[in-house]
Amino acid sequence: MSEIPHTSLLLSLLAVFAPLSLVTIGGGQSAIADINRQVVDVQWLSQAQFVDAFAISRMAPGPGSLLVTLIGWQVAGFWGAVVATLAIFGPTTFLIYAVAHMWSRNGGARWKRALETGLRPVAAGMILASTYVLLQAIDGGWFARAVALASTATLLLTKVNPLLLIGAGVVIFVGLHAISLA
Amino acid sequence: MSKPETPPAPSCSQLFWVFTRIALTSFGGGVSGWLLREFVQNRKWMTQEEFLNGLSISQALPGVNVKNMAVWIGYRLLGWRGAIVGFVGIIVPPAIIIVLLGTIFSSLSRYALTHVALTGAAAAAVGLSLSMGITAARAVPRKAVPIAIMAGTFIAVALLHWPLFWVVLAAGLVSVAYAYARAS
Repeated sequence: MSEIPHTSLLLSLLAVFAPLSLVTIGGGQSAIADINRQVVDVQWLSQAQFVDAFAISRMAPGPGSLLVTLIGWQVAGFWGAVVATLAIFGPTTFLIYAVAHMWSRNGGARWKRALETGLRPVAAGMILASTYVLLQAIDGGWFARAVALASTATLLLTKVNPLLLIGAGVVIFVGLHAISLA
Repeated sequence: MSKPETPPAPSCSQLFWVFTRIALTSFGGGVSGWLLREFVQNRKWMTQEEFLNGLSISQALPGVNVKNMAVWIGYRLLGWRGAIVGFVGIIVPPAIIIVLLGTIFSSLSRYALTHVALTGAAAAAVGLSLSMGITAARAVPRKAVPIAIMAGTFIAVALLHWPLFWVVLAAGLVSVAYAYARAS
């Protein structure tokens, strides 16, 4: 593969994503606001590049947090992708492993319930915050927001395949772009 | 309750392919449904109760739900080897795909239309995020403290731009302590 990039770059990828790994409660969605802030602040990507990467991560199969793999790749090539992936997925893997190991033996029903119900409002607040930040980051103003809201309503009310909606978003924007050029 | 018949334990490679197939066909969520279908209903490798326990823990603990669930299932079926197989199977194949997709799109990035198309995709994809947020918010108990914690988390992250790590640590500690105190 490509030559190993500067170690300090890999270390800063690790330093940004490993702590985020531990706060991705409620799924990778919740950390997107913070990933956006950090990645753009240190100028690894521009805001437009970040939105592009986000869109690609939503079109791709697998966990949405692979967004981080893509950022690592864009910042530091192959090793950047490897380090970023291990940083975002690694720490919590040890955690779930330890819990899977203990869950079968201990009672602790009260703790289990407390964890489940206690983390719920935090997760909800984080996911909504990520949505808010993304809505503000997207180009296309009120029109993009209208598409986002229409997409939300469709997802809440129907069992439509999300890929179809994303495809519809592409078609609407490209169509509008073509009309505006004509 | 009748004891379910014990099916033969899967082999490591069988487990790997099931996880990989689910990872590569899961676009934009709904993975838990696929896992349930494969592991409980089709292959009967675990009971539904065992699966649902794992699901609630995977969602409550930090970490990507799907990955947590894969490690949980893998551990239950094949111990530490299963956990590794679950992790690798659910992460590595789609990681390769996303890098390929990213490379394709960046070679197209000199065309203005690429950014327009991706903006359209992102606008629609935000709907996934928002609908999940609404679903999560609906599951929050209609009580002052949980709602205040949810609102406080939102304000701290979205409006004040405080670092997520410390916000979640603080809000999570308060919220879990509150839930523990009430769960007596």
